[in-house]
Amino acid sequence: MIIQPAIVALFIGSGLVCLMLLFAIYYGAIILRRWDLHSGSEQQLVLERRTYLISTLVTYAFAFQLIAAFLFIYTTDHLHSLFIGAMCAAGTLNVNVWGYPTVLLKVFNCIAAGLWLILNVADNRAHDYPLIRIKYGLLLLLSPFFFAEFLLQGAYFLGLEPDVITSCCGSLFSSEREDIVAGLTGLPRIPMQWVYHGALAMTLAAGIYLLRTHRGAIAFGALSLAAFLVAIAAIISFISLYIYELPTHHCPFCILQREYHYIGYALYATLLLGTIAGLGAGVLHPCRSIKSLAATLPGMQRQLVIAAITAFAGFGGITTYCILTSRLSFS
Amino acid sequence: MARIERQKRIIDFTLSSLLRRKGKNLALIAAYSWIVFLLASVLFITEAIRREAGLVLQDAPEIIVQRLVAGRQESIPVAYGEKIKTITGVRSVKGRLWGYYYDPTNGANYTLVVEEDRLKEAGRVIIGEGVARNVVGESYGTMPFVGYDGAYYFFEVAETLPADSSLVAADLIIVSATDFRALFGIAESLVTDIVVEVRNPREFETIAAKIKAMLPDTRPVLRDEILRTYDTLFDWRGGLIVIILLGSLMAFIIFAWDKATGLSAEEKREIGILKALGWETADVLMIKFWEGATVSLLAFFNGVLLAYAHVFLTESSLFEPVLKGWSVLYPRFALTPYINAYQLWALFFLTVVPYTVATIIPSWRAAIIDPDSVMRT
Amino acid sequence: MIRLHHIRKVFNQGKPSEFTAINGIDLRIDVGKITVLKGPSGSGKTTLLSLIGCMARPTSGRIFLQDREITSLPERFLTTIRRSTFGFMFQQFNLIKGLTVLENVMLPAYPTDSGYSELKHRALHLLETFSLSHKSSAKIEWLSGGEAQRVTIARALVNEPSILIADEPTAHLDTKLSKTFMEIMTRLNQEGTSILIASHDPMVFAHEAIDRIIEMRDGKMVPTGAAA
Repeated sequence: MIIQPAIVALFIGSGLVCLMLLFAIYYGAIILRRWDLHSGSEQQLVLERRTYLISTLVTYAFAFQLIAAFLFIYTTDHLHSLFIGAMCAAGTLNVNVWGYPTVLLKVFNCIAAGLWLILNVADNRAHDYPLIRIKYGLLLLLSPFFFAEFLLQGAYFLGLEPDVITSCCGSLFSSEREDIVAGLTGLPRIPMQWVYHGALAMTLAAGIYLLRTHRGAIAFGALSLAAFLVAIAAIISFISLYIYELPTHHCPFCILQREYHYIGYALYATLLLGTIAGLGAGVLHPCRSIKSLAATLPGMQRQLVIAAITAFAGFGGITTYCILTSRLSFS
Repeated sequence: MARIERQKRIIDFTLSSLLRRKGKNLALIAAYSWIVFLLASVLFITEAIRREAGLVLQDAPEIIVQRLVAGRQESIPVAYGEKIKTITGVRSVKGRLWGYYYDPTNGANYTLVVEEDRLKEAGRVIIGEGVARNVVGESYGTMPFVGYDGAYYFFEVAETLPADSSLVAADLIIVSATDFRALFGIAESLVTDIVVEVRNPREFETIAAKIKAMLPDTRPVLRDEILRTYDTLFDWRGGLIVIILLGSLMAFIIFAWDKATGLSAEEKREIGILKALGWETADVLMIKFWEGATVSLLAFFNGVLLAYAHVFLTESSLFEPVLKGWSVLYPRFALTPYINAYQLWALFFLTVVPYTVATIIPSWRAAIIDPDSVMRT
Repeated sequence: MIRLHHIRKVFNQGKPSEFTAINGIDLRIDVGKITVLKGPSGSGKTTLLSLIGCMARPTSGRIFLQDREITSLPERFLTTIRRSTFGFMFQQFNLIKGLTVLENVMLPAYPTDSGYSELKHRALHLLETFSLSHKSSAKIEWLSGGEAQRVTIARALVNEPSILIADEPTAHLDTKLSKTFMEIMTRLNQEGTSILIASHDPMVFAHEAIDRIIEMRDGKMVPTGAAA
């Protein structure tokens, strides 16, 4: 195990997020059991006021979750010098089996929390809480993922044993590890470029089509998710190469560093925003049939689609810029 | 746009309401800043020292071969070097002479090294800034040494190393090889350790393995390993101090919780009026959010700036002895200022996040005051 | 127009301290009138006022504003309706100390979406109508009783409500100020604002401009309530 200020910070952050969610699901469960909109009782008023608390808790939890995901990557990057063969975060994450699952779960949780908040905002716009059961049911369903993240992250950090000089052995006894960066070469570059540009173009087209015709929201949501996955693969497969200007460096994490002008933050932020907004627009679509939401939902969906299109276009723009200005060229 | 306007008005109101309760908020901000200051100091010092050590080691040799006898480091025969030279991929091999010297008159430990290209002549020494300041004093000019056999040696101080190169050079004394051997009674056939240069960095580990196989009583040490050890050491120390400080953080959080829960009658009345006038629960929560954000921002900036000044401008510091803790010889030593976003985010999670979480429920309780409460009293 | 159907309001339901403040009220209040709720303290006037003003929800029964039922709306929507429909004046002035007169007047409009300059313009105009322009940047603490009272009226009007609600507005005013208050109310009514006042002050309910008096006792309407 390694004790380090940022690790302590991550433990605290993840623990507090879990604590907030525990509060939220506790109150959410009570609301699910006792909710009766037509009752004028004081109890009902108390329950309604608790919905504010739950929204606030989940909003903060989401914000912290998002920042913690970046801090986590930063921390693993910082720790790479402690492990033989680790050149950056990618290597540190591979030191034990918990590293990559933690990252994946963090990303999943960010998207899940974002979608939940979108549902929450939609629900708050109707005068009869039409989504309240779905909303708190989902919260109950999702919170185990956050608890799992706390445990995985804990297992990961507790399982880190730095390769340092001990009293009896030198380098010979330090175990050699596989270099993960080498394993992450991803997919062949040229087909991947086609797939990536195709996916992005289709998503943007579907978004514009949706804005014009109000049709295909679910397809747009699905495409947003697909674009997210393809974009991640593309970052590993070829976008990173152009940013590092090295034909063999595929790491998706080093782009977060200062040497590369923190370009990774812009990439991941636009990508996450686009995915959450795009998925949100899709998820909201079935809710349009609810009478009390019929009036406000299209407007909200529209805003989400615009946000998603802008974000994906931003992502595409940044990557294209990186590729065009890169000194790396495959001739 | 309208929404931004609205936020602006709510922020305006929040700021003026904070100013109207200066006393209470100043106490809170002071305590908050202190916590940020403590934690930031630890983070800044550890990272700065870590970097410093890394910089020093940048010029260190890639592989050092030591000889172990009964698990302890001993002098290594010069002949070992000749054997190592035969390994393919080895560019050069050099024996080094260095050690520690305890000066009974000052109670200090010096590092004695032989650097042939700096000092060849016997009878002279070059000393580090730390040695010059603390030891030589008035008798500047010559330095007395006691040999392994009790004999006295007086060496002329030829030069003092400049102070800028930090940690490692402070306690350094450079002597000639002849004097070194005489002082410690080391035979001509022995050196302290052997430095190996390798052509291809990828072969460090293979060559280390070959050396170990060829000369089983040696221990090859890689520079990267030393770096790793330093990194772990400083991270560990920083982490431990942060854990110790969590007690103070806890105390502060309880204090903040208490402050947030114990709304004054005046504040309750104000929120009651706002709600009666048509402010919604979410609007009051917004006020509380901006209130928390303002307090956190102020405290964070205060704490970080103070910590910066503490660590990089005033060299006397609260934690330095604990964190450096190498030798008594480093009383004065300015760290190169270094802060990055990573440290600030870690700090954010150690301070702002717990504070915010502690104030969510009290804020919500304040926000749900009945709108008709002002009419009922 | 506001309609109330079988309205009941119970506090501390299910507890030993349970207490029925309003016990079955049917009522219709028309627009453009000055209506007074009259009755001793504890008769339920204030509670009824808060129910009509969307500040609280009834335990049972239904409330209609124009033709929209607002009974079981979440607070979030009730507040929006309240902000745009009602202006409130309370027994105490309930001005916020440390803020200026102008800020106090603008306060109810802070959470609305109206632009700042337009809002300020409206508030200044109101202050001018109540001859308070010269005090607009003065702190509330320095106002006389009459000035403070006019500030609360201006504040109640800043969101341009169609109905003004006042709870015992003259309780802390002397005769002269009470009289001025009723004059202002009369004038506002003539300009088209509906006014609803809860009071047991003869200065109010015996005033000539009152269109209707609703008498209350023990949470119920006294059936003999007659128009003046």
